[in-house]
Amino acid sequence: MNINKNIAVSDSGFVFNSTTGESFSVNPIGVEIIEMLKQEKTIEEINQNIAERYNADLVTIDKDVSDFIDLLKQYSLIENQDAA
Amino acid sequence: MDKQRYERPLIKKLESNMPNKFGTRTEYLPKTHIDDVAVTELADKYGSPLFVLSEKTLRSNIRNAKKAFETRYPKVQFAWSYKTNYNDAVCRVLHQEGSWAEVVSGFEYDKALNNGVEGSKILFNGPDKTDDDLKKAITNESIIHIDHLDEFYAIKEIAGNLNKDVNVAIRVNMDTGVYPMWDRFGFNFENGQAWDVLNRIMRSDIMTLVGLHTHIGTFMLSPNAYAVAAGKLAELAIGIKEKFDHEVSYIDMGGGFASNNTLKGAYLPGTDISPSINDFAEAITSALISSNFEHDKLPLLILETGRALVDDAGYLIGSVLSNKRLSDGRRSTILDVGVNILFTSFWYDHKITPAQPFTQYTEDTVLYGPLCMNIDIIRDHISLPLLNKGDKVVIHNVGAYNMTQWMQFITLRPKIVLIDIEGNTHIIREDEKLQNLLDVEKVPDHLKDFEL
Repeated sequence: MNINKNIAVSDSGFVFNSTTGESFSVNPIGVEIIEMLKQEKTIEEINQNIAERYNADLVTIDKDVSDFIDLLKQYSLIENQDAA
Repeated sequence: MDKQRYERPLIKKLESNMPNKFGTRTEYLPKTHIDDVAVTELADKYGSPLFVLSEKTLRSNIRNAKKAFETRYPKVQFAWSYKTNYNDAVCRVLHQEGSWAEVVSGFEYDKALNNGVEGSKILFNGPDKTDDDLKKAITNESIIHIDHLDEFYAIKEIAGNLNKDVNVAIRVNMDTGVYPMWDRFGFNFENGQAWDVLNRIMRSDIMTLVGLHTHIGTFMLSPNAYAVAAGKLAELAIGIKEKFDHEVSYIDMGGGFASNNTLKGAYLPGTDISPSINDFAEAITSALISSNFEHDKLPLLILETGRALVDDAGYLIGSVLSNKRLSDGRRSTILDVGVNILFTSFWYDHKITPAQPFTQYTEDTVLYGPLCMNIDIIRDHISLPLLNKGDKVVIHNVGAYNMTQWMQFITLRPKIVLIDIEGNTHIIREDEKLQNLLDVEKVPDHLKDFEL
């Protein structure tokens, strides 16, 4: 699962899709997840990484990260590898 | 090492076109305490959901309302509208502040008596007074506000049988220039119904006309409508004086003053558009003082204000059960607060504030209740900070009608807690138990046994 190459992400959470011209606002933990996706970390690795640093249980994190990734797909920010 | 506070990840598309129906963010600070008592402490101790009433706010509201009217008019009496919130503790706070009782059913009448209100200080309104209710009211020398002619004849007969004089008033409905016009209660001013029944009362030797009553609507946003109504009742009272040389003791302007809630579909929030109690007081008292009453013979002014006194004294604490994503991408959050206990969510876009700290990020959210029913929607569009399962929210301005119109449905109704002026908490109504419901059910013998 890869973040599209034409997506620019700023440290402050501003995301710009140069293909569509759409822009998004992402909260800090969202930026971290996008960065980890860029590093081609698996979802399990991402969940684990967040659980180590934040006061939430893995179940909550897993649920929220899946939901976040679903939204990234919905906004066409993630390359659909199945289709590629 | 301390872990950082978790906030679920959020991505929000930035749009620069028309504002959407979720509106802008409205909550900037969490509601962590109610009258200095921590919301989380209340939920831990008494459960969630939980209704919380502030005695401090309630007393302050009635005192402000009294001040608003008493500084403008010589004789003022408040009568607590039982139907708005008839928990005994609430009624007694208002009775301690000098309010009479205004009731609309035999049940409420008995509640007022049980609270220790003397009969002559109970105003009996409403279209449904049974013969037994009327008998009781006549015996206790309460004031009956006649709603229809059938009731007039019933009172005449019952008082005759009891051989007891009865003090009555009539409820008058009228055109005050607002829509909808409430003409289903009482007798109409414009078409002569009011005069018709007044003539009958004045000719009766067992009834004494002591007052004139109106109640022009609910959640009224126009003080001027009250000025029109007060003017019309004054005109009737002066007409009675001229025709029968009889003075009515009081004019009862009913209730209906708006609270700070935001009506569904309203463009601006209630806090911005609801008139203050001073606006209503100014409209009503000016109309009475400038009418043709002799200056030393102004009648007592009675007010049956309910919502405007208790709404903002009530809070409902709820918990997040789950966050879901709807098929169209919208966020939905399920609370443990259903429309069965928050009836007013059908009328208002209630202000809802998280009870724990949050960041500046918000998400357009649909707030659902826990009932397995499609109508169970607490807010169909609200821009809320990010909530996690188990987080607490505080729903504001729920003191009026919810604790009387709530329904027991698929679950049991929660506790009501009062925070007194010292900050002590008191359970004023226990949560329902299964046994409370089983106690009133009966199973016929032939249905007692079965095999599966």
